[in-house]
Amino acid sequence: MKKKSLSKKLTASPYLVWAAIFIIVPLIFVVYYSVTDGNGNFTLEYIMDIGKYKDVMLNSIWLGFIATVISLVISYPLAYIMARSGANVQRTMMILVMLPMWMNLLIRTYSMMILLQDTGIINTALSWLGIPPLHMINTQGAVVLGMVYNYIPYMILPLYSIMAKMDHNLIEAAEDLGANKLTVLKDIILPLSLPGIASGFTMVFVPSVSTFYISKKLGGNTFSLIGDVIEMQFKSANNYNLGAALSLVLMVLIIVCMMVMNRFTGEDDDGGVLI
Amino acid sequence: MKTKMSPLSKLYVAFILLFLYAPIVVMIVFSFNDSASTSVISGFSLRWYESLLHDDGTMKALSNTLILAVTSSLTATVMGTAAAVGINTFRNKYIKKITMGVTNIPMMNPEIVTGISMMLLFVFCAKLVGKTDALGFGTMLIAHVTFNLPYVILSVLPKLRQLDKYLPEAAMDLGCTPVQAFFKVVLPSISTGIVSGFMMSFTLSLDDFVISYFTQGPSFETLPIRIFSMTKKRVTPDMYALSTLIFVAILLLLVLLNVAQAKGEKRMSNKLNKGVKK
Amino acid sequence: MGDNTIIQLQNISKKFDDEVILDNINLTIKDKEFMTFLGPSGCGKTTTLRIIAGFLESDSGQVLFEGKDINNLPPHKRQVNTIFQRYALFPHLNVYDNIAFGLRIKKMKEKDISKKVHEMLELVNLKGFQRRNIASLSGGQQQRVAIARALAVEPRVLLLDEPLGALDLKLRKDMQVELKNIQKRMGITFIYVTHDQQEALSMSDTVVVMNDGRIQQIGTPIDIYNEPKNAFVADFIGESNILDGVMLDDFKAKFSGAVFQCLDKGFAVNESVDIVVRPEDVDVVPVEEGTISGVITSNTFKGVHFEMIVDIDNFKWMIQTTDYYPVGSKIGIQIEPDAIHVMKKSEYSGMYGDYSSFSDELEHLSDITVEEEE
Repeated sequence: MKKKSLSKKLTASPYLVWAAIFIIVPLIFVVYYSVTDGNGNFTLEYIMDIGKYKDVMLNSIWLGFIATVISLVISYPLAYIMARSGANVQRTMMILVMLPMWMNLLIRTYSMMILLQDTGIINTALSWLGIPPLHMINTQGAVVLGMVYNYIPYMILPLYSIMAKMDHNLIEAAEDLGANKLTVLKDIILPLSLPGIASGFTMVFVPSVSTFYISKKLGGNTFSLIGDVIEMQFKSANNYNLGAALSLVLMVLIIVCMMVMNRFTGEDDDGGVLI
Repeated sequence: MKTKMSPLSKLYVAFILLFLYAPIVVMIVFSFNDSASTSVISGFSLRWYESLLHDDGTMKALSNTLILAVTSSLTATVMGTAAAVGINTFRNKYIKKITMGVTNIPMMNPEIVTGISMMLLFVFCAKLVGKTDALGFGTMLIAHVTFNLPYVILSVLPKLRQLDKYLPEAAMDLGCTPVQAFFKVVLPSISTGIVSGFMMSFTLSLDDFVISYFTQGPSFETLPIRIFSMTKKRVTPDMYALSTLIFVAILLLLVLLNVAQAKGEKRMSNKLNKGVKK
Repeated sequence: MGDNTIIQLQNISKKFDDEVILDNINLTIKDKEFMTFLGPSGCGKTTTLRIIAGFLESDSGQVLFEGKDINNLPPHKRQVNTIFQRYALFPHLNVYDNIAFGLRIKKMKEKDISKKVHEMLELVNLKGFQRRNIASLSGGQQQRVAIARALAVEPRVLLLDEPLGALDLKLRKDMQVELKNIQKRMGITFIYVTHDQQEALSMSDTVVVMNDGRIQQIGTPIDIYNEPKNAFVADFIGESNILDGVMLDDFKAKFSGAVFQCLDKGFAVNESVDIVVRPEDVDVVPVEEGTISGVITSNTFKGVHFEMIVDIDNFKWMIQTTDYYPVGSKIGIQIEPDAIHVMKKSEYSGMYGDYSSFSDELEHLSDITVEEEE
């Protein structure tokens, strides 16, 4: 009945209005602030300024990329092991992987800082063993470690959920046809898990590239990531226009990275595998 | 084929769990430490838990966080469910694609960009009406509802798609008005999606720092914001005490949920078996 | 129009996206009648049913219920109930609550509901199942619950949309008998949609054969089988050899190069017609005794009979016999006058009734039907 479906469609209208005002319009504001100055006059000054932050930008993407790849390499075998275990083990593992996610990121990062600091537990343990202390805190390595630590559950879960759904008969069929374990992994499991890889990649890469807290705590003041620079414009330098311009570039860069990624996996992502 | 884990697999899993939990264990241990040091353990004490209870600022932040999480996730759940019902009836491919594209934005966009984009909107509007302290509970609520909505919509939509499209018709056939059919048949059938959307929103909202950070004002401080301002300086172990409590609460909740779920599945399969035997 | 008319469809037409689904349907349905809409998928039968139920609005035309226009009456106010293809049982409710659903909407007292539900469970042979979960029931049991749920609200007319389509053959046969019994016992009108001609012929009082959004023929199962109106109906109901022929005169038809006596009259002299001969009505005789003759190109044992494809004058006939004739042998054929059915030429002439491309495998493939019509 025409009338009925019309009224059903209407139930979406509050959301559509909301999405227009609070999703679309704010993004327009980002663009608007990037191309105007403090008085609202048109200028490309801030867009031009971005060149100065090229190194920061590239370094952020590089560190985010490394963190994502490390997460993928660590998570893949784990997800595979999980998916092949009994139901109870799977359930327990799910809880154990998800639990740290519900802990506040700030607290987790701070704990990480305590672990890594020069007089922290790791170094104390090392000194007991007679090994000279390692300088870990305030290095790029520490920041990458922090990214991996904080975001790895977002890699494990999509990988696990796609592998758990995978039909085991496919693997047996491949073995039946003479494939060895490596071939099975390369030709069956890997291609079938590509959507999970793509969505895990996105879910780790995006927050890693744009983080500002992790770099602040674990990187000290030795270097800044793009997130730090943006945060500074809004919270201390009060240069909203530059901040907006940087955000715009960050957004575009991430979209480009995602498009490259999707081309790799051949996956046109429609929201990805949500847990 | 579900196999037993090989020793190598076990070792691997143990290594990752160690990695995931080492910082959390550190935090728990130091929450019971007698001194405020984060490198030396000087004895067992509950003093940080005690001082936590007497810290009015933290307690206030805790209640603010809960208020914000409950209101924002409820709002998002109601609006998101209604939206999913509507979107599910969209027939035009392009309208559907655009709507879902927009819905995905807050999930795909870096949080910092979502945060500052909303901040710009709020600041701009505040300037228009000549207000200086626009940021506060209201703006945070809007921001939280906005980033919660996609999670609700994306967990309800699949349930609607799975729904037998004849169910609402069957209900109307038996005398329900379209509205009755929705509440008596459709809603119960998609309830699992709604509940998981709500749970996700609630926890995301509870945990959110980045977006809150840019849309917050001094009048309304949430826990993550408070933790942030405390970690700027040296953190006192009462934060660890708080985190430990939160950790235990979430652990209990997750275990309970899973036990209930496992029981439900077992009951279901028992019933199915009985049905087959019959 | 008799007094016992319950539903009337007048000039019903319906289009989806410019595609004509129903083209001017006119139909009278009598009270307490078992009527079947029979046709291939996409013929408009389900659409017609949904218009009667009120789930769809026709573009033009009227639906009358006991003479009153119910076009604008929403489904929940109509005295008709539906059994859906996949039953559409409410998964969150158990058997009892499913059957009680409509009664609760009617705000019936719980005591009366309980009585009614138990009565219904007995009717469909599901005593003791009231607390069971829907997911734990077999297909046949779910089917029974769906019937009980629809009948509990005491509809005047029950609409059944391919209700047995999801059941296996054995269960389907049992349910056919049971449905027919229930219909007789309840004394209400059943409007039944199916693509299975066997089902239609064995259960119905009246069969409505549909194709391309139009009613091809309305009649009793025997009429439809013996006196098909056109090539489509003849081909769709049972097996038929449909040949081009000419009516030389009343009771005299010419086809396959020979003249046959028949029982049909009223055609113009030398009018082109379609001739239907059922495979089981052909008598096989020695070549010299046959009116016409042909060569057997294939022969399949079917249990009760042999099914042969016989090439007669370049036309492939299907002939069923109880005697065996080897492939390649030549046989003669005789056809009794009452085995010949003459039809006016129609748009379907020449489209059906030749077995030259016939194979068992194809037959099976065409049995797998697409459920969705819209």
